[in-house]
Amino acid sequence: MATAREIRRRIRGVRNTAQIAKAMETVAASKMRRAQQQTLSSRPYAEKALAVLRSLARQAHAGGGVLLHPLLEQREIKNIGLILYTADRGLCGAFNSNMIRKAIDFVKAQEKPYSIIAVGRKGRDFLVRYGFPVVAEFTGIPDRPTMADLSPIARLAIDDFQVGRWDAVYLAYTSFVNTLVQRPTIMRLLPLEPVWESGMPTSVDYIYEPNPQAILNQVLPRFTEREIYQAMLESIASEQSARMVAMRNAREAATDLIAELTLSYNKARQEAITKELLDIAGGAEALTQAMRAQ
Amino acid sequence: MSPIRCDVVSVERTVFSDDVDMVLAPGIEGQLGILPHHAPLMTALVPGELIIRRAGQEDLHMAVGGGFMEVRPDRVTILADSAERADEIDLERAEAARQRAEQRLRERPPGVDIARAETALKRSQVRLKIARRYKATRGGVGPGESGREP
Repeated sequence: MATAREIRRRIRGVRNTAQIAKAMETVAASKMRRAQQQTLSSRPYAEKALAVLRSLARQAHAGGGVLLHPLLEQREIKNIGLILYTADRGLCGAFNSNMIRKAIDFVKAQEKPYSIIAVGRKGRDFLVRYGFPVVAEFTGIPDRPTMADLSPIARLAIDDFQVGRWDAVYLAYTSFVNTLVQRPTIMRLLPLEPVWESGMPTSVDYIYEPNPQAILNQVLPRFTEREIYQAMLESIASEQSARMVAMRNAREAATDLIAELTLSYNKARQEAITKELLDIAGGAEALTQAMRAQ
Repeated sequence: MSPIRCDVVSVERTVFSDDVDMVLAPGIEGQLGILPHHAPLMTALVPGELIIRRAGQEDLHMAVGGGFMEVRPDRVTILADSAERADEIDLERAEAARQRAEQRLRERPPGVDIARAETALKRSQVRLKIARRYKATRGGVGPGESGREP
């Protein structure tokens, strides 16, 4: 049984931890609200943009060998590029490790040479430590990123695809579902995956204004950038949500522990008092007996 | 006639999403009228007025700040750089934006993207025009404060 003093010290330590967790929970909660709001409000545009991209890809596909734009080119896949989004910081539960595991499983399953762009310090550290091929790293992206923060990544991905260093580019990011659920996701960014939906035009001749080249030159890089940006937003909202929940769990665990420790502290204290009383009583008894004997 | 589905999405939010009868949009090659069963089309948009026509309802006027429009026989998707309904436009803000853009173009301080300033000017002019006309037809009372830009 620990002494009362040891337990008291332990309680103080746990209480400190609880306070820190509470502070981090509060910070994460406010960042989370902002990030969630930003993610959800820009999601419709990203989704529509993706739908448009895919329908353009389909048109290009149906074009019978005429390549309208380099970003639509479907080549034999020899090299794969992956953009891995993780957080710069930890203390957000299994957020980073879930994403990294999913991404690594994915690239290994492709059985093709691959290289990775690491966005976020945690992913970068992991990949470098275990010797994965990292071609570029982007860390320190702010909590409220603008397109300008992400466009170097987009530039790199688009260029590498165009010069043929990569034949397919994937995004690995944690998509935000709600505060409690975030889903690690792999999405193909390039070349665009054509989809066949019912009700889509079957004719090849889309009208382009001003002309196909001008439109595709504008639309494809821009919408591709937008997807890269949206993935970042999703990842940030997921990270802050995961951190908020992790910190709440930590605080609750610490609070429970404090209650338990307080109980054992009181028990220990009472025991000590009882023991002292017994000593005194015993001493007094011995004294009276000694006096009587005289 | 069967209606056509119309989605207007700006970078910040979904501005409009419903079945409509006709869409008039400021295409780069001129004003475009889209009816159901239009041929597939992909066009760039310039800053201008977007009008949405629905049976039995008043026309809906919007200011768009450029973007793209994809038309399929059964749906129109407008991906706008910015888009507001006439009743949402904040006149004071639009006026301030116009003055700022004009000043930039006049003074041309180093480091200012002239093309961007020109687009900004165009955008604010369109906003002002649409908002003023809207206010004029309503006697200056707009339904108000909803959906302001964050």
